[in-house]
Amino acid sequence: MITIPYPAPQPGFWTATAMIAAIILTSTAGEVLTAAAMKSIGDLDEIRALSGLKGAIRAVLTCPLFFAGVSFLALAFFALLFALNHLNLSLVAPASASLTLVTNAIAGKIFLKENVDRRRWASAVLVCIGVYLLAH
Amino acid sequence: MSHARLSPRQYLILGLVALCAPLGDTCLSRGMTGLPDITLAHPATLIAAVFTPWIALGIALLIGFFASYLTALSWADLTFVLPATAFGNVIVALLARFWLHEPISLERWAGVVLITVGVGFVARGPSLTERPMAQEPALAEAAHAGKEHV
Repeated sequence: MITIPYPAPQPGFWTATAMIAAIILTSTAGEVLTAAAMKSIGDLDEIRALSGLKGAIRAVLTCPLFFAGVSFLALAFFALLFALNHLNLSLVAPASASLTLVTNAIAGKIFLKENVDRRRWASAVLVCIGVYLLAH
Repeated sequence: MSHARLSPRQYLILGLVALCAPLGDTCLSRGMTGLPDITLAHPATLIAAVFTPWIALGIALLIGFFASYLTALSWADLTFVLPATAFGNVIVALLARFWLHEPISLERWAGVVLITVGVGFVARGPSLTERPMAQEPALAEAAHAGKEHV
């Protein structure tokens, strides 16, 4: 359990790291589950063309995997709100979004069997360096 | 629908994902920094924060983001959608600097540039992993419903 001293004018390095890590882990789980749900449903544009907006919404809302993903994304959202209350937006938003990109590349290859080629790994490395610079 | 090249409509959806997310995050930051410190000892204050104007606007924008994001995920890989929309980081940095007046060092700007270059790598590749053709259950159901309407 994370304990925040009160008052907490400037969180320390490990506290800030824990806040961002919580966002990344819950966000990655949510995004992988949501992506798996959307792939199982199919192209929403085609579904909407065939059965209208209601049909597309129904297709999404009747997928159990979607709700599992949304639950984790909701956890990530509240972790983000909590972090924004203590850290600068220009650190929290890019750091969490970019590191989530790297964890998603790994999770996408392992769990979603996506073709994460050299181009995508190179992107992940560049983003890692970018995050390192952002954190300093 | 061909997945080799994205249509203008699909690029528009990716653009909405990139735009709505940073705008929503910025609204959330604006709302949260105006509130007293929130601790785990009083979690109810975090729920109450959701109903303040800036937080509510941020949530509305993030709902728009989520709808666009789900649509994009239905025709592209997760590892394509996330990097392709990570340009939002640049928008966040600009908003934080010029709207919230937060200081941004040269190192952070360099980080934003590297992230953008990384995003460029991914955006030039294919958007979807090729798999054996299989009609999805929801799509088949929608097609069946469409025929019934005719």
